[in-house]
Amino acid sequence: MPNRKAAGIHAHDKWGFLYITPFFTIFLLFGLLPILFTVYLAFFHWELLSDSNYYVGFQNFSELLKDPYFWIAVRNTFSIFFLSFIPQTLIALALAVVLANPHLKFATFWRTMLLIPWITSVLAVGIVFSQLFGREFGMINVAMQYIGLPHVDWVGGTVPSQMAIATMINWRWIGYNALIYLAAILAIPKELNESAEIDGASKWQIFIYVTIPQLRNTLTFMLVVGTIGGLQTFLEPLIYGGATGGDSRQFSTLTLYLFEQAFINGRFGYAAAIGIAITIIVIIISFINFIGTRKIAGEEGKK
Amino acid sequence: MTQLLVEELPQRAKKRRKVSPFTYVFLSIFTFISIFPLYWLFVVASNSNEEIAKIPPSVVPGSRFLVQLRALYEAVPFNWALFNTIAIGVVIALSQVFFSALAGFALAKMKFKGKKSFMIFIISTMMLPSQLGVIVLYLIMANYLNWVDDFKALVVPALVTAFGVFWMRQTIDTQIPNEILEAAKLDGAPIFRIFRSIVFPVIKPSAFVLGLFSFLYTWNDYLFPSLVLNSPKRFTVQIAIRQLNGSYTQDYALIMCGAFMATLPLLILFVFVGKRLVSGVMDGAVKG
Repeated sequence: MPNRKAAGIHAHDKWGFLYITPFFTIFLLFGLLPILFTVYLAFFHWELLSDSNYYVGFQNFSELLKDPYFWIAVRNTFSIFFLSFIPQTLIALALAVVLANPHLKFATFWRTMLLIPWITSVLAVGIVFSQLFGREFGMINVAMQYIGLPHVDWVGGTVPSQMAIATMINWRWIGYNALIYLAAILAIPKELNESAEIDGASKWQIFIYVTIPQLRNTLTFMLVVGTIGGLQTFLEPLIYGGATGGDSRQFSTLTLYLFEQAFINGRFGYAAAIGIAITIIVIIISFINFIGTRKIAGEEGKK
Repeated sequence: MTQLLVEELPQRAKKRRKVSPFTYVFLSIFTFISIFPLYWLFVVASNSNEEIAKIPPSVVPGSRFLVQLRALYEAVPFNWALFNTIAIGVVIALSQVFFSALAGFALAKMKFKGKKSFMIFIISTMMLPSQLGVIVLYLIMANYLNWVDDFKALVVPALVTAFGVFWMRQTIDTQIPNEILEAAKLDGAPIFRIFRSIVFPVIKPSAFVLGLFSFLYTWNDYLFPSLVLNSPKRFTVQIAIRQLNGSYTQDYALIMCGAFMATLPLLILFVFVGKRLVSGVMDGAVKG
């Protein structure tokens, strides 16, 4: 610092470290350290209020692999993810295409309205949908009865309860995702659409052969982000059916199981192992995505 | 002659309108879906439980909202919750903006050793599930820092995040031309003054959106606050609302009244900043 003036223009560069120091400190202490310590913890029998914490090697992991509740949670996490991600993406894409029409009236109004669910807390979403999907007096069953559909147990049934949870997730995220896809569509060069139109392509053909390929990066990005978010699904099932995720764990998820083991059963070491398992799954899926997109990109590059 | 006219007419009409009525129906349906659960919160909150349980249930607001509201204030110290949440949210938002902009400025416009690997490091940690660290974060607060039931446990880890730094870096990288910085440097302006009077005014809109994002996130955060906050006067809004989930009976009207009151402040805020949030979300898409 004393030779700041002498250093002249390059003084800039030395200050760089200082500017990132606050972030770096906070991040090391409360971001990185907890993650590294979680890895450490996973090899211990560790309970919150006990002093007898001891090293157990891979025991937490081998127990986890034999734990039927863990596998139920794995299955549920993935089925809830697919039940939410697929309809969410299709509807959001449809909304984005519609919103991208330059002649649309009240464009800002529609966009703004669609973002309202996203500012609503997961807790509030969980509360209102728990009531709507309620077994007896839930609005949804009443409405279904009214139009002659059979009564559905939205809480007890595995598939219906997971559909209810997927609905909460979808309601909160569809508008947000639509805006992301809209931004990506608006960034597509107009010439592409125009030349396709001149060639006589229909709107549907333009969507399939022009828009979708141009959205490839955005779609991959959303898939990765969606998977990470999906693997962390936790609060919706907690509100809907408590820490076990329903009486017969019909909608227990991985992160909910982590929460249950850590903060209900006090088994921090075991919960840490669940956390590691979640992370490994995230890494594997991101890797598959990465390979997949590289392959598609490579094939297109060959043309 | 007539045939020609018939063929031409619909085409002309199509060109003039271009947006089919079906589009508006579609958008209206989704707007309705977006609002309905919030409307429903108010309907249940303003009716008696019997009114909602009868078949067919009441689908319009009733007259009992103030009664439920009084019950809410009797059940939890809701004003404290509001005050706590706003205070924590504002502090975190301001600090996020300031420290993220600082770090983002350094990462976008300065040259120093290890910058590239630092960026890669930030981005890869953003990919990790954030709840992974929650067990140890809780241990740190409970066993080492003694911050249980202390707002520091919520505020300090959130002072600046990888997301914020990445957001500001992208903004500064694209919105501040290097020439301006070079010129200011040649004039001998100190770095912090360059940051304050040249960089910050330009990135203000984007910084505002980042502040909003973190305020909303803090307002809605549940998991970690529920672990570290114990005493009712320290509750944030979300934690207070969760207490209404009675251990005895499910008083839906009361719970929904709480959920409505927890959302109402954000809806009011949204009236003023909704447009900017929309463009913030859309800018974010292009940034990523």
